[in-house]
Amino acid sequence: MAIIERETEVVVPVTVTPTSTYGVLKRPVSATGWRAWVFTVDHKKLGLMYGATAMFFFIVGGVEALLIRLQLAAPNGKVLNADLYNQMFTMHATTMVFLFVMPMAAGLANYFIPLQIGARDVAFPRINALGFWLLLFAGIFINLSWFLGGAADGGWFMYAPNSGPVFSPTNGIDFWAFGLQIAGIASLTGAINLIVTVLNMRAPGMTLMKMPIFTWMMTVVQFLLLFAVPVITVALFLLSFQRNFGARFFDVAAGADPLLWQHLFWIFGHPEVYILVLPAFGIVSEVLPVFSRKPLFGYPFVVFSGAAIGFVGWGVWAHHMFASGLGPVSVAVFSLTTMAIAVPTGVKIINWTLTMWGGKLYFSTAMKFSIGLIVLFTVGGLSGVTHSVAPSDTQQTDTYYIVAHFHYVLFGGAVLGFFSGFYYWWPKMFGKMLNERLGGWNFWLMVIGMNMTFGPMHILGLQGQPRRMYQWTEARAGEGFFNLAFWNMIASIGSFVLAVGILLFLINVVITARNPTRAPLDPWNSRSLEWLTSNPPKEHNFDVIPTVHHLDEFFHRKYEEDPESHTMRQIATAEEIMAEQERNADKHIHMPSPSYWPIVVAFSVLVITFGMIFSYLIAAIGGVTLLFASFGWALEPSTAPESDFESNSSTPGTALDSVGNS
Amino acid sequence: MTDTAVHGHDSSTGISNIKLGMWTFLGSECLLFGGLISTYMLYRGRVTGGPRPAQIFDIPFTSVSSFVLLMSSLTMVLAVSAAHKNEHRKTNLWLTVTALLGATFVGGQVYEFTAFYNEGLGFSTSLFGSSFYTLTGFHGVHVTVGIIMLMSLVGIFKRSAVPGKKAEVVEMIGLYWHFVDIVWIIIFTLVYLIPV
Repeated sequence: MAIIERETEVVVPVTVTPTSTYGVLKRPVSATGWRAWVFTVDHKKLGLMYGATAMFFFIVGGVEALLIRLQLAAPNGKVLNADLYNQMFTMHATTMVFLFVMPMAAGLANYFIPLQIGARDVAFPRINALGFWLLLFAGIFINLSWFLGGAADGGWFMYAPNSGPVFSPTNGIDFWAFGLQIAGIASLTGAINLIVTVLNMRAPGMTLMKMPIFTWMMTVVQFLLLFAVPVITVALFLLSFQRNFGARFFDVAAGADPLLWQHLFWIFGHPEVYILVLPAFGIVSEVLPVFSRKPLFGYPFVVFSGAAIGFVGWGVWAHHMFASGLGPVSVAVFSLTTMAIAVPTGVKIINWTLTMWGGKLYFSTAMKFSIGLIVLFTVGGLSGVTHSVAPSDTQQTDTYYIVAHFHYVLFGGAVLGFFSGFYYWWPKMFGKMLNERLGGWNFWLMVIGMNMTFGPMHILGLQGQPRRMYQWTEARAGEGFFNLAFWNMIASIGSFVLAVGILLFLINVVITARNPTRAPLDPWNSRSLEWLTSNPPKEHNFDVIPTVHHLDEFFHRKYEEDPESHTMRQIATAEEIMAEQERNADKHIHMPSPSYWPIVVAFSVLVITFGMIFSYLIAAIGGVTLLFASFGWALEPSTAPESDFESNSSTPGTALDSVGNS
Repeated sequence: MTDTAVHGHDSSTGISNIKLGMWTFLGSECLLFGGLISTYMLYRGRVTGGPRPAQIFDIPFTSVSSFVLLMSSLTMVLAVSAAHKNEHRKTNLWLTVTALLGATFVGGQVYEFTAFYNEGLGFSTSLFGSSFYTLTGFHGVHVTVGIIMLMSLVGIFKRSAVPGKKAEVVEMIGLYWHFVDIVWIIIFTLVYLIPV
């Protein structure tokens, strides 16, 4: 492992920036300051912006969670009234699912997929920027409802007819529905972009089965998004038409079937849970081999089990609806499929365990979080399998047992996976290492906190404490070991331990940012292509597009097998490989140029949705700007043409390379 | 400049990014119409007030407008073929004809909606009304977006300010147009031809 301080050499600047104008408006050319971020189409900057946005909403959602736990800490809680409590749990879930986990995954995917497949950017850089701005505006839009008459209050699955105007007369659900539509467009554009990127822009030699596992899992996620998002889009349209234009879709008096919403929602909703957790699976599958000093055990099995989860995930949705009276045949079928989906998940757990088996384990913070995921996700996975037993599930439906289950899979799965990724990739993204000592505290407080918070909820739920109940009373708390008061208090204390753990992470980020020490080029002795460039990566990612011969290409450039002893011996350091890259650098690289249009288009969409709630005149104005911006977009080439650049006579183009086209 | 297929590694599949992107998008659209069609099929017989489907559908009229829409797929193919042969005038001609045929279809739909409304089927009249207008309305919006894209193409070609390869762009819009037509075949069969 090379821990050598490396001075960045001054290389010939290979990325050229357009200097003149083209299209309807002047093209933004700033490479510094706020303009460099707002008009950027660089996948790395957008990835970081996704991450920062997601982190902000993680804190918002976390504060909402703490308020919920404060309310439930003692009997007859007075922190929130019933109405505010309904808004709080609805927005907590909405924020965490749509504004934290999904954007964080999108951010990491944006940042690392092009790097891992040896590309210089994504297929559609401007659509990529559009996706980010839509997501940010969606988050702001949904949360503005707090200040404009009250937030959505129907639970994150917003069951009809309870979400109709009769039962929820404020604008909260309208904000929620339109906001999620915007977030849906963001997810859809992101999915199309990343699928095309992965299918079309891999480095030469990188077959699908040589693709890093994180990219694989994210690709499965993008396909899930591609097919799941339109279903929720339909459901949200039906709901909005009902609330705003008098449609009858969920009007029982007109003969409507309330199960329609439930089916549409969960056909989206169940693939959604794999959308939330598969990115973390991808991260863990990257981290474990690196810190076990072994290749991933059974790479094809991890790939295909991920794909299998993606397929089977479409056939289990009705297990969310066992209590709704589907009939014995449906219940039996969905029970069986729910048991079946545990198999590919179990395959992954076994692969991870066997990756560590016999490895030289190095317990970095990233590794700790990954091991934490394996253990805690398994707990959540096992309680998940209990839901496939329909009679027992009927008892557990809408109790804290369910809350315990999905927090073990989502916090124990998705969130621990993300934190593993933060510690592992921080030097890659920022060129600095997060503090490992503080990282240890961060890890243990989070793990202890989450077990204190969500562990007792199993007991609370089996004892019958319902979800979404804003108060509980001493009279019905029970006695002895199963006393609700005791376990509710433990859960509330645990939530604050958890919060301190996350606070330590934020402190760690600040300390790291102030620490001048640069990270070594290859701090973890990593295996995949994203480490084949500087920390943080150059704007054009790679000086030379690598030609791939192996799975774990970067590892195989550093090590080769000794034919006699069959052990791996080092043949090059990361620094030597990097220097080699810089010597052969492409001289003339055109990157996609920044553009005003993504943010203008996204803002027009925001204006339209505001108009849908407050005044159709505003919506019409938004529509006109949208049309104008779309034409501006269509007329502007993604990469500025040759004539826009200063003459580069000093460096005649040896390898003209343009990236992306939309 | 914006042609990504210049270098082998830019397109591992050999299909250009924009075309693959459109295919991916259309995959997603299948589920959108799938959801809307399912909603209609669930609710088509649920009429608590107002006319029933059989009372208002004018099958001969809708058959003619469906035929017009299907013919627009043929003219779209001619436009793509002309674009591949670099016959600019013919490309523009067929794109315009396609847009006109599409506009005829949308005009027919507007006429049909007006007639149904006058016969007592409003958006809020019954579950049938809500789901009928939502499904066919969504399809109509898709055709309208297609018309806008076709006309924009013609306009942009006149200014000859096309970013990227022209035939590729025409083909991509063509994919969308054919998809919208195919969806209409399904909708026409399920909504109009199969009796409740």
